[in-house]
Amino acid sequence: MLDTKKDFPLLKRKISGKDLVYLDSAATSQKPVQVIEAVKEYYENRNANVARSVHKLGEEATEAYENARKAVAKLINANSEKEIIFVRNATEAINLVAYSYFLPIAPSGGKIISTVMEHHSNIVPWQFINSHGMELEFLGIKKDFTLDTENLGRILSPETKLVTVTHASNVLGTVNDPKEISGMAHDNGSLVMLDAAQSVPHMQVDVQDTGCDFMAFSGHKMLGPTGTGILYAKEEHLESMEPFMYGGDMIKEVSLEGTTFNGIPWKFEAGTPNIAGAVGLHAAIDYLEKIGLEKIRRHEAELTEHALDEFSRLGGVEIYGPKNADKRGCVISFNVKGVHPHDVASLLDREGVAIRSGHACAQPLMKRLGVGAVARASGYLYNGKSDFDALVEGLKKVKRVFGV
Amino acid sequence: MLDMYAEEILERYKDPVNKGSIKNTAAEAHETNPLCGDSLDIYLKIEGGKISGAKFNGFGCAISQAAADILLDTVKGKNVKDVKMLSKGSFLSALGVSLSPARLKCALLSWHALMMALERAG
Repeated sequence: MLDTKKDFPLLKRKISGKDLVYLDSAATSQKPVQVIEAVKEYYENRNANVARSVHKLGEEATEAYENARKAVAKLINANSEKEIIFVRNATEAINLVAYSYFLPIAPSGGKIISTVMEHHSNIVPWQFINSHGMELEFLGIKKDFTLDTENLGRILSPETKLVTVTHASNVLGTVNDPKEISGMAHDNGSLVMLDAAQSVPHMQVDVQDTGCDFMAFSGHKMLGPTGTGILYAKEEHLESMEPFMYGGDMIKEVSLEGTTFNGIPWKFEAGTPNIAGAVGLHAAIDYLEKIGLEKIRRHEAELTEHALDEFSRLGGVEIYGPKNADKRGCVISFNVKGVHPHDVASLLDREGVAIRSGHACAQPLMKRLGVGAVARASGYLYNGKSDFDALVEGLKKVKRVFGV
Repeated sequence: MLDMYAEEILERYKDPVNKGSIKNTAAEAHETNPLCGDSLDIYLKIEGGKISGAKFNGFGCAISQAAADILLDTVKGKNVKDVKMLSKGSFLSALGVSLSPARLKCALLSWHALMMALERAG
């Protein structure tokens, strides 16, 4: 098991006089001192605007920003750093693809396939494209909380322009097989978008291996600062796409009569970017790579197994997700029978245990599961088995208070 | 101030006295809290300008359900005109439960539904 808690200053906090047990990393991760220091160092020594400055600081800031892009490209094994676009968050990355690739072709028809296990961020942008003429269809899930990929074969057709699917569910923990999905989609001439917000922070993701055309993820869920989203897209797609936003930095030449746009990736990054955020993200990637994503994945699998064991021993807890720790991430959604998840989360908070409660930005999935809301505990590399033990002790208290 | 999970609140949650529905109501309203998937229906019976009967149905957290039950207790038998004047603040202080900002919405779900129902009653 990994022992990294010491690197995370916030995890030393007390909540209600008790040691904080942070089990909400699927929402956002805590930051190691290495990331916090990198952002501080950047502002103290190198802060300047990128791309246009000829002075020393400007050069250093540009270099820092572009080095972060290279680090992202290397992390996910992109062919070139040109394929990495910095945005605010994974939602914006998905919107960029929706607006720049699909909106212009939407009036000519075709179909987009998404799934019922998606975060709202991978549903709502496609409903927007749907309103401009493309059909939208959703793939279901099976009883074992895995994606119904058999049915994908039936609903795919030459009309399908995009299959967009989460790599790892932010509710069920289910890890989908992007290679299988990409293979089926590409055989039908469809593109593939992967929402990797819950996978890239937790496992080695190789875009060559997944075969996806587009991939969205978030720096803040992988130890980096907030405001650091990433879009990966194959170079050929980026070259053909319209800009997303217009303004400074994304141009090559501007006259009052018209503008020629900058090359990729800058064509998609209008305005001053989140330079300090990129520097922090770079430090986060260095931190993750130093430990090794394979090790992180194994650590989390052990945590998941332990948590699922303890939950089944506890009883009266319904879990929404696969039972096998190898097939899922460390995101465990559950309900204590007879207790609303908000009450579960409120009572756990008194014990210093922070979990999520609500619909987890996946209302269609809640409907499919037949619940209004769930409680969700999610772990990361800094959590230990003792964190999940504290959760289970807290749940015992919840059951006592409610007499269930 | 009462604790959110005081015995009184939990009792109301487990055994609400005003849960149910009323047929041929003078007014009813449905309110949801999309944040937590809570949903609540309120049914009112109005006779001679007075609320002669009030029930609620739905599901939600302990505080939303208990607050609904307590709210209906306080408005039964009162003049519609007076109940319409019941502000959020005075309901919350009558409830007397210490609530975090995130849980205020839960406690006020029934108040919103009640006000909507009264509006509809004219």
